[in-house]
Amino acid sequence: MSEALKFRFDVDGNDFTSAGKASVQVKKNLRQLGLSPETIRRVSIAMYEGEINMVIHAGGGVAEVTVTEDCVEIFLSDKGPGIKDIDQAMQEGFSTASDNIRSLGFGAGMGLPNMKRYTDYMDIKSTVGVGTDITMRVNI
Amino acid sequence: MNKVTVEALKEYGFSAVALPEPEREITGVYIGDLLSWVMGRAKSGDAWITIMSNINVLAVASLADTACVIAAEGVEITEDIAKSAVEKGINILSFSGSAYDAAVLLYELL
Ligand SMILES: Nc1ncnc2c1ncn2[C@@H]1O[C@H](COP(=O)(O)OP(=O)(O)OP(=O)(O)O)[C@@H](O)[C@H]1O
Ligand SMILES: [Mg+2]
Repeated sequence: MSEALKFRFDVDGNDFTSAGKASVQVKKNLRQLGLSPETIRRVSIAMYEGEINMVIHAGGGVAEVTVTEDCVEIFLSDKGPGIKDIDQAMQEGFSTASDNIRSLGFGAGMGLPNMKRYTDYMDIKSTVGVGTDITMRVNI
Repeated sequence: MNKVTVEALKEYGFSAVALPEPEREITGVYIGDLLSWVMGRAKSGDAWITIMSNINVLAVASLADTACVIAAEGVEITEDIAKSAVEKGINILSFSGSAYDAAVLLYELL
């Protein structure tokens, strides 16, 4: 694999029943590429948490996954409300999810910490009222 | 250690709701209902015991690569979800007792 491979997904912000679709598709694609089960698991969990956050907190967005020779990069971009205090949002247990969302099993405040845990690199750029861009990398 | 397949659970009071991969081996157990905890802590091959029964359970089970979902307390899994589980290759069993009772049974088997 000398050239980078890119997958792009529009993440629908209104459809909870299909939330996670892009991540499930990426898992399939990475399997076809023959990446190790552990790498696939890390990438797909990190991406799922980011994808769900875009659905729950930002009304949807765009996800891009790039596979190169030595890493898988996940880029998530939304035009949601943005994150006021990133350090606080990164803390285990911090969540602004509504009761409605919590009743579905979300809102533990573990999504961003999981993304950090399962990736080798993570960067969040967020502006209140503008949106949030997250870049994550998993080394192969 | 015994090799325990998902299908074998049918003999111990667990009933099959969707078993697209009956031969999948169970290597551990995780109990939880908050999806991000399960994502962060469950291991590949775990039997995941939960009382959550909505569609999001399928994505979590698939991505965390659990061996099966065990719907404890007899919570209802709709036909739509069961059908979707079969398509996605996710095993689901139902258990009428508590998460604790299910875990005790699994402890004895594993
Ligand atoms: N894309 C986003 N846009 C706006 N706010 C976000 C975004 N992602 C996360 N946040 C904020 O950061 C908080 C923490 O996110 P995190 O994913 O850790 O927890 P959660 O989504 O609330 O619950 P969980 O992920 O455990 O289901 C969220 O409650 C929300 O306030
Ligand atoms: Mg989250």
